[in-house]
Amino acid sequence: MDKQRRKFLKVAGATALAGISAPAVVKLTSSPAIASSGHDAATGHEAPGDAHKAAPHGAEEAPKGVRLGLVVDMRKFYGKPELLDKAIAACNKVHNVPQIDNKKSEIKWVWKAPFENVFPEHSSSHSSKIRKENDFLVMCNHCDEPPCVRVCPTQATYRLPNGIVAMDFHRCIGCRFCMMGCPYGARSFNWENPRPYIKEYNPDFPSRMRGVVEKCNFCGERIALGKEPACLEAVKESGAIVFGDLNDPGSEICEVLDKENTIQRKPSLGTKPSVFYIV
Amino acid sequence: MIEKVFKGNSRYWMWLAFLSAFVAVGAICYIRQYLFGLGLTGMGRDLSWGLYISQFTFLVGVAAGGLMLVLPYYIHNYKVFGRLTILGEFLAISAIIMCLMFIMADIGQPLRGLNMMLHPTPNSMLFWDMVVLLGYLGLNVICAWVILTAERKQVKPPKWVYFFVYLSIPFAVSIHTVTAMLYCGLPGRHFWLSAITAPRFLASAFAAGPALIVIACLVMKRVANFDAGKEAISKLTTIIMYAALINAFFVLLEFFVGYYSNIPGHKHSLEYLFFGLEHHGVVYNNLVPFMWSSVLLCFGGLGLFAYMKIRKVQTDLWVGIGCAMIFTALWLDKGLGFVLGGLVVNPMHEIVEYYPTANEIGITVGIWATGFLLVTLMYKIAVDVEHEVEA
Repeated sequence: MDKQRRKFLKVAGATALAGISAPAVVKLTSSPAIASSGHDAATGHEAPGDAHKAAPHGAEEAPKGVRLGLVVDMRKFYGKPELLDKAIAACNKVHNVPQIDNKKSEIKWVWKAPFENVFPEHSSSHSSKIRKENDFLVMCNHCDEPPCVRVCPTQATYRLPNGIVAMDFHRCIGCRFCMMGCPYGARSFNWENPRPYIKEYNPDFPSRMRGVVEKCNFCGERIALGKEPACLEAVKESGAIVFGDLNDPGSEICEVLDKENTIQRKPSLGTKPSVFYIV
Repeated sequence: MIEKVFKGNSRYWMWLAFLSAFVAVGAICYIRQYLFGLGLTGMGRDLSWGLYISQFTFLVGVAAGGLMLVLPYYIHNYKVFGRLTILGEFLAISAIIMCLMFIMADIGQPLRGLNMMLHPTPNSMLFWDMVVLLGYLGLNVICAWVILTAERKQVKPPKWVYFFVYLSIPFAVSIHTVTAMLYCGLPGRHFWLSAITAPRFLASAFAAGPALIVIACLVMKRVANFDAGKEAISKLTTIIMYAALINAFFVLLEFFVGYYSNIPGHKHSLEYLFFGLEHHGVVYNNLVPFMWSSVLLCFGGLGLFAYMKIRKVQTDLWVGIGCAMIFTALWLDKGLGFVLGGLVVNPMHEIVEYYPTANEIGITVGIWATGFLLVTLMYKIAVDVEHEVEA
């Protein structure tokens, strides 16, 4: 009797273990998983880097595919904090961003902060008045080499072929490893149920539940409908935000980048941000 | 063999009841957190890992520490540790179960935990950490159980189990290496971005794990009539001394790199931990007393051991005190300072100090109590089997 039970438990245990681990083994060995991790190669985003290696002094091979980017022309925002607030409010409204009045639990997609916080490695011991007196627009950089995507254990955050770093709120387990990986503080975690803090609910975009991470999504859902990012649309008349394909030499954003002197946040970390600033 | 945990004297049951009380408190606190969310903790947007992850990190080390018993016995045939290897394996099992509990306490959507396996992601170090932790857990369960069963039947363990014993040795190293890689591969986290993180973790693990085992042996000598032997304890204290010294050496190297290079990012965390970090006229220093306690306890423990070695005296009480000092020092260093120190400067270069909430501490204490409960039950089995064989 005792022996039989023991045998049964052994077999049952082994079967359960095999059952639990089977999906992982299947996933790891099947080709779709490999294909999804090879996103970059498929869409040609690795190409510029490779070209560098091959011909360091020659002309760069034109990168293929779309890489969305954004330029913040801070000159248009100087002295107009209400313009910044307008852009921020538009994003909050469109994305059901809860307004939690508590620094510990707050959720931020697009927000404003002093220069020394946004560009700590560009700070100088004697900065200009304009820098001291104005806040700067902050959002996810949608990096070409996103550390958050690299560290996420469930692929709940991932890079779309057009360069957007997106989130799957339903897959996220809330480990917050992406918040550790992000060197820009762009990510927020829902420390409690966010829904009571949504002022005006927008039924076109999902609200989130507690226990998941969220961040700016470059308005991926609006771009799919042919619209512009909400922050851009809100300040459209000022021309302070330019959005477009960084890989298309004829795009408006590339014209601006060719003409103006821009900086990126923490470029030394090799994340290759897609958000540029004219300061 | 499991039936052995149901027979014990009143002291044994009182100890279990004492631990169960803390387990119950932890369970209630966890239910509260489960229903409300992680907002009940002291963690926040700027400091999004706290006590849970730091305890996890420390306990991975305790689990890996069992290696210091397994390696000398199985590789170098150091017979003196023969009675102790099983304790190292059982400690590893409990420590890893505690680790998994801390992870479950820390994640925002615990019911989605299996997503780690349903969507395996080889580029995430957390995925590999899960793989090696579950692997090490499985190996220790197999090795401990098979070898203990063989001992009980007074036969030699089957040959095949040695394959798993030898495999568990690189696994012990790997669990703490991969845990270090969770931290040391993150851009923009200067304090963690150090290649010495993994060796430093291993050094402190090889001191903290054996220190806990020595304390357990000394306790069991008094209450369970289990004598590990003077030579084994003496050898273990030597191992603890070397490992703790190497850990201290590595910490000092971090100081050199930070202060000699004079790069602010490399100094901030050390300043915050040991001297207080000044920012916009405010000094942030809530961990300074803990870190200096760690320094004093570490060198105090080392001094105590050195004195006992030189004068060739070894009393159980003082060995126990020395081990407790070093264990506490390493807990303060890794279970508190490493994680919280690395997070004090957020990516926006703001300073945020962390204070755990009562609920969070309740869960933490509850998980520690669960670990001690598991260790007690498993050591009870090991010691009773030993007594059965002797009788």
